[in-house]
Amino acid sequence: MKRVVITGQGTINSLGRSVAETLEGFREGRCGISELEFQDVDRLSIKIGGQVKNYDAEAEFNRQQIALYDRYTQFTLLAAREAVGQSGLTFNGELAQRSGVVLGTSGGGMQTLDENYRSVYEEGKNRVHPFVVPKLMNNAAASHVSMAYNLKGPSFTVATACASSNHAMGQAFQMIRTGMCDVMVTGGSESMLCFGGVKAWEGLRVMSRDACRPFSLGRSGMVQGEGAGVFVFEDYDHAKARGAEILAEVIGFAMTSDASDIVMPSKQGAARAISGALKDARLNPSDVCYINAHGTGTAANDKTECAAVADVFGAHADHLMMSSTKSMHGHLIGGTGAVELLACIMALREGVIAPTIGYEEPDPECALDVVPNVAREANVDVVLSNAFAFGGLNAVLALRKAP
Amino acid sequence: MSDTIEAKVIEIIAEQAVLEVSDVTPTSTLEDLGIDSLGLVESIFAIEEAFDIQVPFNANDPSESDFDISSVASITKAVSALVSEQK
Repeated sequence: MKRVVITGQGTINSLGRSVAETLEGFREGRCGISELEFQDVDRLSIKIGGQVKNYDAEAEFNRQQIALYDRYTQFTLLAAREAVGQSGLTFNGELAQRSGVVLGTSGGGMQTLDENYRSVYEEGKNRVHPFVVPKLMNNAAASHVSMAYNLKGPSFTVATACASSNHAMGQAFQMIRTGMCDVMVTGGSESMLCFGGVKAWEGLRVMSRDACRPFSLGRSGMVQGEGAGVFVFEDYDHAKARGAEILAEVIGFAMTSDASDIVMPSKQGAARAISGALKDARLNPSDVCYINAHGTGTAANDKTECAAVADVFGAHADHLMMSSTKSMHGHLIGGTGAVELLACIMALREGVIAPTIGYEEPDPECALDVVPNVAREANVDVVLSNAFAFGGLNAVLALRKAP
Repeated sequence: MSDTIEAKVIEIIAEQAVLEVSDVTPTSTLEDLGIDSLGLVESIFAIEEAFDIQVPFNANDPSESDFDISSVASITKAVSALVSEQK
């Protein structure tokens, strides 16, 4: 089996337009959640989100590109540019054919859907722009990344709601590990912060009106975010041979299904995914120093996730740190695992653990060290990243310091 | 008016529980009737649509909400209050 390393990372989200800005936000415990700004927001009862503010698409892309790129695709391409740029790779010949792109998204081109439904239903127009379908489709972002970088190997999109990015990165990892590919561009993107997107979520009554406070007593639910995280996963031998800077090593992955309920999470399903990732990475529970939690800030997720971690780690659960950066950037749904992987890599490379901000008081049902409010220095060798989706689909990644 | 509110609330809850209207009484609790968290959210949606009101309810902590869901009678009372408040 091949070893798999990360040689590039990129992002745009409500904390920043780059990895550097985002990590600065993590270190400072900054909150990227603010008042939402878009058409008809006054008709929503939930008016906050981790929105990318002052974003000017025309400063990044030309008119022909904007006609084809939904906001979620634009975010993906910006994150991919940073990640591929950092990796220093160019894809030609044999390498192009042995490289692909697997991305996660849940809603795909939701902004395009929203705008065009408004146009035909509300404004009564009978004609839509000819590129509505190629703009809104869930694989648009992956396809545009493949075209931008000449990636001619396996390329597709994974849609498993809130676990999409982790499932996507798990696929990329396995493809390199088994020798199918040398390089995979992977991660995920989401942009559902539009009237229809937030209105749909309001219906479930799990959204907070004030803040995302994972694991804190009195938490009032989740807050949506938007953005993208993209990484370059590479065969270790390939990266070493070309002298690339290695950010971290991906050492394990597991996915499970609860097979129980469409919205309520299961402790057993989550625990099997966590212990599966440990086994896949040949780790003992005591090797794990930090977990980037799914930590949505809902009553149901947070207590189930803590119970699953307590089950898997036993006494060691009291010695590890687990934080939720959703408190800062919100829940990016299909892109969330990708942005959260940045916090995992920061922990491994810089020895800084991103905090869970907005934390008020301990919840006895979430009695773990959730790194409340302030980032912490710690020497960390092994980390996990959890993602547990609606529909009971779970995906956990394990990473280690660069070899 | 309050009798008709109770009748409508019972009708909504009975439909959600897949029961006859006669099986639902003011003292019934949602748990008795087999309504789970998703069924509760659907019931509240149906109540909002039927009475054209906004119900303050957060599924993360139902007990924190002003809307008392402990029984059919308490729901009816809360709906009546919201109807007179919001009309």
